Amino acid sequence: MQTRDSHTSEDGFIRLTNVMKTYQMGIEQVHALAGVSVSFEKGSFWAIMGPSGSGKSTMLNILGCLDRVTSGSYVLQDEDVSTLGDDALSEHRLKHLGFIFQSFNLIPQITVQKNIELPLYYLGWDADESADRAVELAKKVGLEDRLGHKPTELSGGQMQRVAIARALANEPEILLADEPTGNLDTSTGHQIMDLICELNDLGKTIIMVTHESEIAEHAGYNLHMRDGLIERIKENRQ
Amino acid sequence: MKRFKLARNIWLGIENLLLHKLRTFLTMLGVVFGVGSVVAMLSVGEGASQEALEQIRKIGSHNIIINSIKSDDETSSSTVYTRMSIYGLKYDDFARVSESNPAVKQAVPVKIINKDARFHTRRMELRVVGTTAKWFEMLDRLVVAGRVLLPRDNEKMANVVVLTEYGARRILATGNTIGENIRIGSDYFMIVGIVKSEGGMAGNIQMPDEQTDAYIPIKVARNYFGDITRKSTAGTWIREMVELHKIIVQVDSLDNVVKTANSIEAMLRRFHDKEDYQISVPLALLRQAEATKRTFNIVLGSIAAISLLVGGIGIMNIMLASVTERTREIGIRRAIGAKRGQIISQFIIETVVLSTVGGFIGIAIGVAIPWAITYFSGMPTVVTMSSIILSVGISISVGVVFGLYPAVRAANVDPIIALRHE
Ligand SMILES: Nc1ncnc2c1ncn2[C@@H]1O[C@H](COP(=O)(O)OP(=O)(O)OP(=O)(O)O)[C@@H](O)[C@H]1O
Ligand SMILES: [Mg+2]
Repeated sequence: MQTRDSHTSEDGFIRLTNVMKTYQMGIEQVHALAGVSVSFEKGSFWAIMGPSGSGKSTMLNILGCLDRVTSGSYVLQDEDVSTLGDDALSEHRLKHLGFIFQSFNLIPQITVQKNIELPLYYLGWDADESADRAVELAKKVGLEDRLGHKPTELSGGQMQRVAIARALANEPEILLADEPTGNLDTSTGHQIMDLICELNDLGKTIIMVTHESEIAEHAGYNLHMRDGLIERIKENRQ
Repeated sequence: MKRFKLARNIWLGIENLLLHKLRTFLTMLGVVFGVGSVVAMLSVGEGASQEALEQIRKIGSHNIIINSIKSDDETSSSTVYTRMSIYGLKYDDFARVSESNPAVKQAVPVKIINKDARFHTRRMELRVVGTTAKWFEMLDRLVVAGRVLLPRDNEKMANVVVLTEYGARRILATGNTIGENIRIGSDYFMIVGIVKSEGGMAGNIQMPDEQTDAYIPIKVARNYFGDITRKSTAGTWIREMVELHKIIVQVDSLDNVVKTANSIEAMLRRFHDKEDYQISVPLALLRQAEATKRTFNIVLGSIAAISLLVGGIGIMNIMLASVTERTREIGIRRAIGAKRGQIISQFIIETVVLSTVGGFIGIAIGVAIPWAITYFSGMPTVVTMSSIILSVGISISVGVVFGLYPAVRAANVDPIIALRHE
């Protein structure tokens, strides 16, 4: 219980305060998040767990500036982003956040290299600079020999590595992952987790949604959700 | 947006379009045919109107031409006994036309005589025009050799002749034979120059120097040949008395041409009891040619607008389908940090590339068709730079106008829903 208090403090790197996310379904209101207050320190590694429909993805989307809170506040790197407009949120995603998805979300028509370069394109990098950076990132995830391939020619594990390389292209401080191993077999899942842990060791703040407690054990903190509320937060001792 | 480079965006658009080559090509066809037909049809219209304008220019847009004609009830003035028809413009008419109207800058009398001529050993009938120096001021013709008639030729009643190039060729005179004498009728005339002549029609107006062989001073013509000619028609000799065959009037400004023609007509009607003259105004033809061209352009414009509208709707339809198909891609781009404006510009650029490439193919076709028309049928066609610039402008606008809605739809895709979209 004492750990929980420290995560509702006023000076977090990422801080949600009384966040509600409500969907209107006909006349009924669905509270995907029903008043969540939590703060994540810089460089910490979190696994969000909980039953289906408990609000995990909703929370991650809000943290990722893809969605807005209905009420409450969200402070990201000392800036209240809960009231920002669409362009400003895009700017945050572009500069500070990296996303890893369960279904990889690579663009199938373009090569691995172009997929990795995508954030750099929107950051306005030169073609040459971005190509060099893409090669460097592909090396980091062990796919330098697959740069010219289309994503559809890769295995699931390889696709997720490409997605990680892409998420790292803009050198984000924060990585958000929604069930990154959900579509992978156990051993491939572990390889991906090793990569993610490595990134945490390099100082990235990581917030990951997962169903598997085995995967969640890699994280420093496990946050359990139920019915749009935080049920408990557990610190893992490594 | 500051480093969001246009060239790379265009390249991205091209790459996307190349992913579906056949679809892209088929989508373009509407614009290809629309633009192709605009360029081709405008060039046909332009060719026809430029040809008409050129003919009118040769007569002179400031000029009014009055011709003597044999009126239908001409018999009244000819008697069976004399068998002489008297009709047409009079010397007095010329004096009245040149002096009565302040808008008339100058006027020239024209007498046409067909006379047997001999030059060295060559004999033939020449069509000789008796006129004054003003003729050559009013009809802008190139002097090939020597000089044209001068005012002093009429004052001194000099026996000089200026041949047209056409006449010189018929009688076998050249630039080297200037200064030699030619016999016309029973008198000798010195060749002083050779000028170009024009033939053909401008609308329904004949060129004043069509089939003219030679010019001599009108006073000389009247003095030697008189006003009466004999013509053999259907076996009987008919004598005709015509003082002047033509009067060409030059008006001081374009605005006064039609007004002056009307007042000359009113005046002639007062002095002639029959309509034995006809007034032609090249400027009226010019106006008519311009009006025809304008109508033609409106009709063309509507056809082009309809085909481009259809082409544009085709593009919009495909782009809307493409947005739906690429919902997930759009979601990914948005999640990564692309702004709405960047998605809009991505899709607009894609449509504009599509319509512009279609436009250029259309221009190529639109230039090839008139070329083939001219090559095979000899009909004049002119592809103007402005029609090409217009077509490029139209193609780009079609892309922007019909790409805007699909692009906005793309930008409004919710990334969360798009990413869930399987
Ligand atoms: N766009 C939406 N409209 C209406 N209700 C929604 C919407 N998105 C989410 N919800 C509801 O909000 C609740 C939380 O959804 P969320 O996707 O966050 O669950 P989750 O914890 O990620 O579940 P899972 O483990 O199945 O992915 C659910 O009851 C869901 O039905
Ligand atoms: Mg979920």
